[in-house]
Amino acid sequence: MSAPTYDLGTLHGGLRLPARKSVSTRQPIVAMPVPAQLVLPITQHVGDPAEPIVGIGERVLKGQLIADTNSALGAPVHASSSGKVIAIEPWPVVRRFGENAPCIVVECDGRDESVQRADTAADFTTLAAEDLLGKILHGGIVGLGGAVFPTAQKLMQARTCEIDHLILNGVECESYISCDDLLMREHAEEIISGAQILMHALQIDRCFIAVESDKPEAVGKLAEVLGKINDDRIILKKVPTIYPSGGEDQLVQLVTNREVPSAGLPSDVGCLVQNVGTTAAIHDWVINNEPLISRVTTVTGDGVASPVNVRARIGTPIGEIIEMAGGYTDRAEQLIIGGPMTGKSITTDRVPLVKSTNCVLVSSKTPSPGPALPCIRCGDCASVCPVQLLPQQLFWYACADDEAKLRDFGLIDCIECGCCDLVCPSRIPLTADFRVAKGRIRELADEKARAARARQRFEARNDRLEREQARRESELAQQKAAAKKAGPTAIAEILKRRKPKNEDDE
Amino acid sequence: MEFRRREAPFLAPEVSVSSLMLQVLAALVPAAMAHVWFFGPGFILNLLIAAVFSVAGEALMLSLRGRKPETGLADYSVLVTAALLAFALPSLTPWWVTATGALFAVIVAKHLYGGLGYNIFNPAMAGYVVILVAFPMHVNLWVAPRMGDLDYQHLSILQTLYFTLTGSLADGITFDAISRATPLDVMKSGLNNARTAAEIRSIPIMGDFGGRGWEWIGNFLAFGGFWLLIRKIIRWQIPVGVGLGLLVPATIMYMADAGSHASPGFHLFSGATILCAFFIATDPVSAATSPKGRFVYGLGIGLLIYCIRRWGSYADGVAFAVLLMNMSVPAIDYLTRPHIVGHQRRSNRGEADG
Repeated sequence: MSAPTYDLGTLHGGLRLPARKSVSTRQPIVAMPVPAQLVLPITQHVGDPAEPIVGIGERVLKGQLIADTNSALGAPVHASSSGKVIAIEPWPVVRRFGENAPCIVVECDGRDESVQRADTAADFTTLAAEDLLGKILHGGIVGLGGAVFPTAQKLMQARTCEIDHLILNGVECESYISCDDLLMREHAEEIISGAQILMHALQIDRCFIAVESDKPEAVGKLAEVLGKINDDRIILKKVPTIYPSGGEDQLVQLVTNREVPSAGLPSDVGCLVQNVGTTAAIHDWVINNEPLISRVTTVTGDGVASPVNVRARIGTPIGEIIEMAGGYTDRAEQLIIGGPMTGKSITTDRVPLVKSTNCVLVSSKTPSPGPALPCIRCGDCASVCPVQLLPQQLFWYACADDEAKLRDFGLIDCIECGCCDLVCPSRIPLTADFRVAKGRIRELADEKARAARARQRFEARNDRLEREQARRESELAQQKAAAKKAGPTAIAEILKRRKPKNEDDE
Repeated sequence: MEFRRREAPFLAPEVSVSSLMLQVLAALVPAAMAHVWFFGPGFILNLLIAAVFSVAGEALMLSLRGRKPETGLADYSVLVTAALLAFALPSLTPWWVTATGALFAVIVAKHLYGGLGYNIFNPAMAGYVVILVAFPMHVNLWVAPRMGDLDYQHLSILQTLYFTLTGSLADGITFDAISRATPLDVMKSGLNNARTAAEIRSIPIMGDFGGRGWEWIGNFLAFGGFWLLIRKIIRWQIPVGVGLGLLVPATIMYMADAGSHASPGFHLFSGATILCAFFIATDPVSAATSPKGRFVYGLGIGLLIYCIRRWGSYADGVAFAVLLMNMSVPAIDYLTRPHIVGHQRRSNRGEADG
């Protein structure tokens, strides 16, 4: 059975990247054994860190809550296996800024004992939408596509808008990455069940599952399961294999032909996008009571001996995952977490696997593009920009540090997909330059806000001083008036009282 | 294991400025061979002189500006400038004329504005206009094209070299014997002398469309241009814009009064129209940069070429049209920005946003 392709919207530009996925899709997902030590960062999502609620030396069980949060932008963390907390300390992690972040280090006892849960899984259709959201909130579930936004918050935000479409993102448009592909092939039921839970929680009755056309096995499996469960609210959509069609806003545009407004969210145009891995995790938590303690990740690149997809516990050191893929080869020269277009290069394999780690890419060094030449304004960058920006003009204004023009030409709408870098004949690192320019714009905005606050304070102080001055003057005027009323004798008396003082002065 | 940190993306770009420029040069080869066939070996001499002087000018300016000459020269852009200048010149051009154009193009039009990527004006056209103004008699001295039924006197390579070096013909050869007015000149002066276009077209040098020789060079240029289009080195907007900008008014005028106007086919195949559409106007640095802007830019060039040919005092107007539109680029770019996804569509302008 093949999936029908329904009318799709259009996406501007994009690139056909070398897929390089087949190296890691030859064998099914390999379950990774529990490592000797787990390193669990207390921040694995976008937002506020969770607070550790266990102490050093304490024994924890698999699935036990070890860091909790009551922040509006937080996600709890659970122990991925049973063992003893041996440290809560800074540890190297994958982050854009800085190297280390606080982590809870658990020494596993190898028994992998699960925590006993009081609440047995109920039929989710009998639960009220609020209760279902509350349940999801406690599962530590975050967006597994890479953005790692806490899922419960995303759902609650979506509930405040009029949502009519749930879109499952199974596009996975970056080169090398195949974890969602394999998940769809092997766990289509769970993914679709998770979608049904979300539709119930949000009270919507339309779901699109978007999968790239280069994943026929996944499409076939999803179509098969959909045919079996006969849920006509869910529609499978095959989308063209073009990077970056899996970007959230790009997918909304592709599937529904709606443009997510600048600085807005898909919910502004009635859409909620969830990664297929996220809905599978929702299924595991809501139906099977298993919080998010493991994920599928692709270990690939010419720097590992046998690329493979593994299901590993959150907190497993990357180095051990690479061992699962046969270890390093001679060509291992760079270690990238994520795909080759938007991934982050890291310096050490001591960093742990976290909820967002969809790919561990070990590769030979990218050939140096050589020194950047001047921009010749060929416009190839503009023709591939999925947001239809003019990178050649943005680059010009970024060099000139012209903040107004940068805003005018939509720098903040840049999704940093990297397409422009790949087609630039002058080899200008545009995306990196735009990242810096964005940072500077944010700084300038902060500075402006600070200056505005300082000015407000200054003006308030001036006002206060003026008011005091006025009050003093009016009091003086009142005293004078009172003295005048009292008559010349009173004045003479006052003067007499002040006279000795005057004489002293002279 | 420890690794070095680098910035995404980790895939390397496949294109480079030098490969773009080399492909543009490759696309010019068939037309260059046709040029030599029809107008003699002078083209090669011009090309060599233009290349030597523009490379020397580039190296001089790069070192004066404190850049490494070898990296600047490695992008081959200066050779494209030299080639375009050579195509614009008649095959008989004294070396100092070519040198003046090449040096002005590279030193003034390119490097005094900041070098590759920063020049406002198309360097080759700026250089050509300087020649047009400084040495007007030399740019009109075209030898007769090699065509079976045309009487022409073939100049040997030595005779051509003699003229190129000295600026005068070898003994026993006269200008009248070897040179012909270009088809555009014939058309212009003929129409000014109240002859009909059809009468003028019957002169053998006019060829089938735009003049013997010229129209074949045009065919080979178009061939190279289409190859560049297929390779996505250039985009369709500028060539189509130039074509429409020239042909629409030409067709309207021709249909209104065929007697006193040249046919659209003549406009397309004569002079430097095709060279301009595919190779000159498409210089990305001095052209508009947004897709819509490039179309407008091309339209403007085509329209100006028609106006100059029809009402101006020059027979061809490509160089002036290109330079005039170069000046308009900032305004065009500002007014033709594409719609940014997720932004409010700008409704204050009557354009259909794509």
